[in-house]
Amino acid sequence: MAFTVPFEECDAGDIRRVGGKCASLGELLRAGLDVPPGFAVTTDAHRLFLDCGDLRAREDELLGRIDYEHVGAVAEASRELRALVEQAPVPEPVIAEVKASYTALARRAGRADLPVAVRSSATAEDMSAASFAGQLQTYLWISGEEPVIEYMRRCWSGFFTPEALTYRRRMEIPPDEALMSVAIQQMVDARTAGVMFTLNPVNGDRSKIMIESTWGLGEAVVSGEVDPDRFLIDKVILAVLERTIASKQIEYRLDPELGSVVSTPIEDVRRDEASLSDPEVLELAKLGKQIEKHYGRPMDVEWAVDATRGELFLLQARAETVWSQRERPALVDKKGTALDYVLADLLGRGTTAKEAT
Amino acid sequence: MDDLTTAGGTTPVNGSSRRFPSPFEIEAPPGAEDWRRLYPYYYLFSDDRREYEEEQFWFFDGMHNPEPVYPFDSIMPESWWVFLNQYLTRVWQVPPTLGIDQRLVNGYLYVSPTTITDPNVIEERVAVFMERAGFYYENWDDLYEKWVAKAEDCIGRLRELTFEPLPDLEPMEMVTSGRGLTSGYDLLANYSRLLENMHEMANYHFELHMLGYGAIMAFSDFCKTAFPGIPDQTIAKMLGGVELLLFRPDDEIRKLARLALELGLADAITAHDKPDDALAAVAERERGQEWLDALEAAKEPWFWFSTGPGYCHQHRAWVDDLTVPFSAMRGYIEKLEQGIDISRPLRELVGERERIATEYAEALPTEQDREAFQQVLALARQVYPLVENHNFYVEHWHHSIFWNKVRELGMVLQAGDFLEDSEDVFLLHRYDIYKAIFDLLTGWATTNPARPAYWRAEVAERKRIMEKLRSWAPPTALGKPPEAVTEAATVMLWGITAETVEQWLSAQDGGADGEDSNELKGFAASPGIAEGPARVILTVGELDQVQTGEILVCPITAPSWAPVFARIEGAVSDIGGIMSHAAIVSREYGLPAVVGTGFGTKRIKTGQRIRIDGSTGIVTVLD
Repeated sequence: MAFTVPFEECDAGDIRRVGGKCASLGELLRAGLDVPPGFAVTTDAHRLFLDCGDLRAREDELLGRIDYEHVGAVAEASRELRALVEQAPVPEPVIAEVKASYTALARRAGRADLPVAVRSSATAEDMSAASFAGQLQTYLWISGEEPVIEYMRRCWSGFFTPEALTYRRRMEIPPDEALMSVAIQQMVDARTAGVMFTLNPVNGDRSKIMIESTWGLGEAVVSGEVDPDRFLIDKVILAVLERTIASKQIEYRLDPELGSVVSTPIEDVRRDEASLSDPEVLELAKLGKQIEKHYGRPMDVEWAVDATRGELFLLQARAETVWSQRERPALVDKKGTALDYVLADLLGRGTTAKEAT
Repeated sequence: MDDLTTAGGTTPVNGSSRRFPSPFEIEAPPGAEDWRRLYPYYYLFSDDRREYEEEQFWFFDGMHNPEPVYPFDSIMPESWWVFLNQYLTRVWQVPPTLGIDQRLVNGYLYVSPTTITDPNVIEERVAVFMERAGFYYENWDDLYEKWVAKAEDCIGRLRELTFEPLPDLEPMEMVTSGRGLTSGYDLLANYSRLLENMHEMANYHFELHMLGYGAIMAFSDFCKTAFPGIPDQTIAKMLGGVELLLFRPDDEIRKLARLALELGLADAITAHDKPDDALAAVAERERGQEWLDALEAAKEPWFWFSTGPGYCHQHRAWVDDLTVPFSAMRGYIEKLEQGIDISRPLRELVGERERIATEYAEALPTEQDREAFQQVLALARQVYPLVENHNFYVEHWHHSIFWNKVRELGMVLQAGDFLEDSEDVFLLHRYDIYKAIFDLLTGWATTNPARPAYWRAEVAERKRIMEKLRSWAPPTALGKPPEAVTEAATVMLWGITAETVEQWLSAQDGGADGEDSNELKGFAASPGIAEGPARVILTVGELDQVQTGEILVCPITAPSWAPVFARIEGAVSDIGGIMSHAAIVSREYGLPAVVGTGFGTKRIKTGQRIRIDGSTGIVTVLD
């Protein structure tokens, strides 16, 4: 039984074992794209953890007692459950394998105590719902074997956030199916990071790519703390159509002394400067196009530019959910000849045509 | 406001109370009060139709006539005034269009589109339009083939026309042939034929190309609705990449440049600024004749290529003045000597246009949308060669010959002492010339005095007036702002939209787009960003001032300015839409261009550093 799997060996068929995030990183690697290296801690590891000692029994007991009608009670149960998980011992075979994989990763990067990101990789079919339910944890700049084990366990305890508890009850997910994979991934010291949609999120236009970017780590964009720079790109001809450079107040960077991520104010000169150059925007858009082609659907991508070497890395790719789930209004409401369309246009009726909204 | 004219891609113009100056308020520049004598009465604003005229929106057509219209040259706008509009209203009955009217103000041409707003009237016209336009679209390739034959035949007959000074005595042959027609008759008849020929070509001109524009605009608007923000040049890219006649003249220059290198004549050409000197130097070389023969072969018909849009007599063709083609050739020779590839990337463009069209189609929401897209694209592609190539047949080849024929006539009038200079013929309206010719004939026939002094005095006065008119700055628009701009040619050709009108109104009111702003917005005509010193060029004659690395800023460009495009970093024009010549040439030459900025030549000064973004249509003055 493998408790860890390198990203290279993860794919879309593996979601139940490595979770959506690791599967998607594996897919990106298969598509020939640059992803910071790392590995998945599989759900087998999580299952073994739960099966050790009386953890599962005590969980069940606590879960059974929750009065879901009271927010306070749910929060209280969440605290107890998370403490329970975070104090439970991780089985030796899991520890050994995770440490070995981490050491191998560190060796590959040529740096002992390699800083990594430790993130939940949910096995739920609907990643965005899982994300909404607050089950997904992210811990950045984790260095060393012991801290990696520690934060992996915190990802597991993320199952018991109050939102997750409520969500799982509503979705009637049986407890023994509630398993989490964890992604351990080499940290990118990001000069710039952000998100990219392979459509225009404003109107669902699939001939566009929208990139939002800011200085430092992408967390500031994802969390909405910073008004990011925004680039609208024509996907077909790969040209920047619109460029909105925001005044960016803070950035998330590693504080080398604290060894953790801190939010720091951005100095005046850099604040109103574009966090991505045009060539970078276009390079990124090209990657977006490649990713969309690989998955065959519009995607939502997290990316970062390495601070030292300026390389572009993809951190995550998931299916775009807003426009993909909505039926897009047809442009042409009635089949016609080319002449009909010429006439409609002469009459100022557009494409015979509902307005594209 | 009627919903039929404001739906779809058009937006209403705000501020119904805001107006442009009334055409009746405009005063003549001092010393030119008598300007109306230069033009026929029907070209003028007048009290008898004031009610109509004051309610219309008139915009300055600097695109075709940046300067006061020469009285003779008014045959060009006059011919489209009738022959374009007859197609819109009496042939196709284009449903929302009642023709584009014209007036002259201080010699400057103003045009005014009129659209129908009554839905019932539009509906009645739809049936007629669908049947007739439908026939043309269905039989397009066949009709286009016929069109080319008609155009070439028309040009052939134009070339046959001759104008020669009247002889003292008719030749003996006139007597022996029994023809019974004299040189006097021939002069008069050939003049009539010359005008008829011009009007005939004008009919062909507008026979196909308005429908062509309609199809291209339908495709363009489809793309803009489906893919908001799609750059105009991308739309054009899906149509372009086909071999167009407009690029042949420049291709011939490239060929001649290569041949000159092959024959070892490069230095003979590059060493001389004046074409005549270069020709003489080439002639002395061993294989010079070979090259001169190739030059002669290329001239027919490719050097019948106007250095301007071809609408005005001042735009001389390459055949008349080799300066422009030779300057281009020197540039190409230098590039070839440096090992630079000078061929146009046509094959790449063709591959590119298929990829682009396929990817956009894939981005559409439904299968039906994709089908519609392919249909409209196919039609636009079918009409595209005519829309582009007509320009070579009509404006370059035909009109360049036409102006030269008028010059021949001018020499006849000069020989009869009616003109001091044969070029003065353009100061006479075509109907004046009928009178002048008949006057000349009376003197010739009777051997008694005619009235050449009358015409010389008239020409002197007109010259003086024209000079005054030239220094006048025509307002961008007159009259009542339109509620919407829907007329196809207005949008596609002149690049005027509701936004343009709004911009003009704000500029007039000293608003955001006034003098203070360092940004100008135009049409994104050819992608890329360029930064460099501006060179403001107002007339073709100033073209040789353009230095390498500069950004050309001009009222309008013509394809024949191509040599300049080899030197510049980008182009900005005051006037023109995405299908204007400047836009097409810039795209083919891979230069960033912003067209239709409205005020580029007024706002930008030569030497100022500017940045142009051909993807967004923004021009920024950096100094």
